[in-house]
Amino acid sequence: MRRLALALAGLLSFAAPALAAEGGPALPAQSWSFNGFFGTYDRAALQRGFQVYREVCASCHGLRHVAYRNLTALGYSMDQVRAIAATIEVPTLNDAGETVNRPGLPADRFRTPFANPLAARAANNGALPPDLSLMTKARAGGADYVYALLTGYTNPPAGVQLMEGMNYNTYFPGHQIAMAPPLNADQVQYGDGTRATVQQMARDVSTFLTWAAEPELEARHRMGVQVFLFLILLTGVLYAVKRKVWADQH
Amino acid sequence: MANPAQASTAGHGHGGAGTRRDFLYLTAGAFGAVGTAVTIWPFIASLNPSADVLALASTDVNLRPVAVGQAITVTWRGKPVFVRRRTQQEIDAARAVPLGELRDPQTDQARVRRPEWMIVEGICTHLGCVPLGQKPTEPRGEYGGWFCPCHGSHYDTSGRIRKGPAPRNLPVPAYAFIDDNNVRIG
Amino acid sequence: MAHAPDIKPPAYLSKPAIRWIEHRLPLLSTVDQFVGTQYPAPRNLNYWWNFGSIAGFMLVVMIATGVFLAMNYQPSTAEAFNSVERIMRDVNYGWLIRYIHMNGASMFFLAVYIHIFRGMYYGSYKAPREILWWLGIVILILMMATAFMGYVLPWGQMSYWGATVITNLFSAIPLVGDSIVTLLWGGFSVDNPTLNRFYALHFLLPFVIVAVVFLHIVALHQHGSNNPLGIDAKGPQDKIPFHPYYTVKDLFGLAAFMLFYAYFIFFNPNILGHPDNYIPADPLVTPPHIVPEWYFLPFYAMLRAITFDILFIEAKLGGVIAMFGSLLILFALPWLDTSRVRSGKFRPRFKIFFWIFVADCIMLGWVGANPPEPPYTVYGLLGTAYYFAYFLVILPLLGWFERPKALPKSIAEPVLGGGALAGAKTMEKA
Repeated sequence: MRRLALALAGLLSFAAPALAAEGGPALPAQSWSFNGFFGTYDRAALQRGFQVYREVCASCHGLRHVAYRNLTALGYSMDQVRAIAATIEVPTLNDAGETVNRPGLPADRFRTPFANPLAARAANNGALPPDLSLMTKARAGGADYVYALLTGYTNPPAGVQLMEGMNYNTYFPGHQIAMAPPLNADQVQYGDGTRATVQQMARDVSTFLTWAAEPELEARHRMGVQVFLFLILLTGVLYAVKRKVWADQH
Repeated sequence: MANPAQASTAGHGHGGAGTRRDFLYLTAGAFGAVGTAVTIWPFIASLNPSADVLALASTDVNLRPVAVGQAITVTWRGKPVFVRRRTQQEIDAARAVPLGELRDPQTDQARVRRPEWMIVEGICTHLGCVPLGQKPTEPRGEYGGWFCPCHGSHYDTSGRIRKGPAPRNLPVPAYAFIDDNNVRIG
Repeated sequence: MAHAPDIKPPAYLSKPAIRWIEHRLPLLSTVDQFVGTQYPAPRNLNYWWNFGSIAGFMLVVMIATGVFLAMNYQPSTAEAFNSVERIMRDVNYGWLIRYIHMNGASMFFLAVYIHIFRGMYYGSYKAPREILWWLGIVILILMMATAFMGYVLPWGQMSYWGATVITNLFSAIPLVGDSIVTLLWGGFSVDNPTLNRFYALHFLLPFVIVAVVFLHIVALHQHGSNNPLGIDAKGPQDKIPFHPYYTVKDLFGLAAFMLFYAYFIFFNPNILGHPDNYIPADPLVTPPHIVPEWYFLPFYAMLRAITFDILFIEAKLGGVIAMFGSLLILFALPWLDTSRVRSGKFRPRFKIFFWIFVADCIMLGWVGANPPEPPYTVYGLLGTAYYFAYFLVILPLLGWFERPKALPKSIAEPVLGGGALAGAKTMEKA
């Protein structure tokens, strides 16, 4: 039994290097409310993060897999969600077959800032601002990476020649990133009175983007704890049954 | 489950041991049954309409282009919905029918929000065909409403079943007038 | 086959209704003979023997979740990625079903690899179980094909580039290689036709696996399970009925395994995957490191280990031969191992080489996960060399030079401490 457990641990450990293989400096690990077996999202941080996304990131980055109706998970009421959705315009056809804009509905997905990738590149010096819906799942380190990136802008070390239009970032692979430092202190006015430092905004928007990528996280953790408890009991009971059945063979 | 239980009682003959054993088997069986049932549920639930489908559950219709006596068909939840602007004669005809003559008794007043506008789902309650009668060239059946060509069901100007195999009236979807010219179905 | 004293004719046959059915369709008796009271199993199977049934369970889980995913998945390059995200976000419990499926592939391979290593340690491939072993390898190869095609379906960056790289392996075949690759793709790059056929085959192959698993079990029952001592059963005292003894043991093992599995599903669902697969496929940008799923890493390392021409064989073809050869060589294992003793338990030298072999496979996995640059290339080459030497040199020679320990007289002897006594004891119990 013990040998088996050891072997399992050994087999498992060789999956790990696959994940640590990315280059660059180690990301400082942050403590997030959504980590761990009982992790949940901090609703206030989610709402602040959404505000940062809306007022700062959304001008270049889309969130195409998220719909406005999903925002109820941030603690907004359906009426608030309707009001948020109505601030955007969605192209539709009128009865004459012409393209017209209608106000957004909760069922609409987040508006992408550019009509297509070519337009996005044209507006951004040839760089394509990636969609953020899955950003924390699509980068090793997840929320830690997003936070590190947003707070990782520094002057280039001596000897490093930046290409034109590029910025130096400690945590970006290759260190030269086209995105200018997006966050500046007090750039947004938080409704709950929290001071909008760069760190605070980076934390909040990282939380929000984690939610955008994994809206099921809370349900998953909750169900996981229940399944664990059930399986521990089941394993125990089956072990007792096994002992009982095998009693006459030992 | 039965076999070990039998073997055990036969082998030991101690009532206490057997009872404890049975209890263990029962517990294990109960755990297994509950676990299986709970596991099946998410799979069944996944067959129900998903969140994005439910979110698209309403359709807005612009009524302005519809003249009196005309009708339009709109799509709501993937189904046709008939929107007919009835003439006064059609309204009167629908309201003159005694309830006793109806297979599925319902007053016309109960089936409309504004008498001029008849809004029903365009699905025959027999076996799901789309009845004719929306276009002026199509047959409207013996009662001036709709006629289902599949098996010959006749609906009146209130969308109520009058003749043929269909059991019920054309269903009225939930809808609300946003203003005089716009209605939201769903 | 000698019947153990515990094996009695089943009680259900005394019921007339059941007897009527059984006379026409022997469903219960078949099940009973396969995994029930009528199947005599060696009394000394240890927990390593659990992984066969765990693998069978995983196959069922994969098919069940796969069918439900297929109901929402759209196999087109335009919609595949979005439809997977729709499953994750909008379909009721879609995230659960997908994470069970996604991590299930890893668990299936984990169980099967342990099952294979167990067979290699205890000599389960030796006569008369060679065909049983072959069928197992066929299952492994089918699983690999299925898993590879399944990984393409979400149409992320790793899907796309994994498909491109692996299908390009066939271009190493002299003369017809490029035509074969075009045939596999149904075009001039991995594109919509490729995705469509992979989807069709990913759906089909699991059922082929089910059929081969059935044959695997039929072959198993011909001579019964091997056991940790590797000796044949000498008499009824060496065997016990599969049910209830091994059914409860398997169920207990399965529950413990599910606990391990559940950790990944609920608390770390993406740890075994690669983040790049959450970036939609882009045919114009290759990710910096293309890494296959962990269960392919040792083979991937062997593919990359050959970086030089061997005589007239180009390095590219050499790598492909090494990779496919590492699987195909398993078919010859029953004849490469010349030892008359089955179980590694009684082979002191074999034991050492076997555990080095296990470590070698793990090291190759680690090499496969790292970029193809020194020192990893050196480790990869050494690892590949040992992998093949183990089969082609060590095992054939070991049979001649190794002096195995004395074998016990019967299975019951070491288990119960004396064959005759044990037989009497079992009789009394029964």
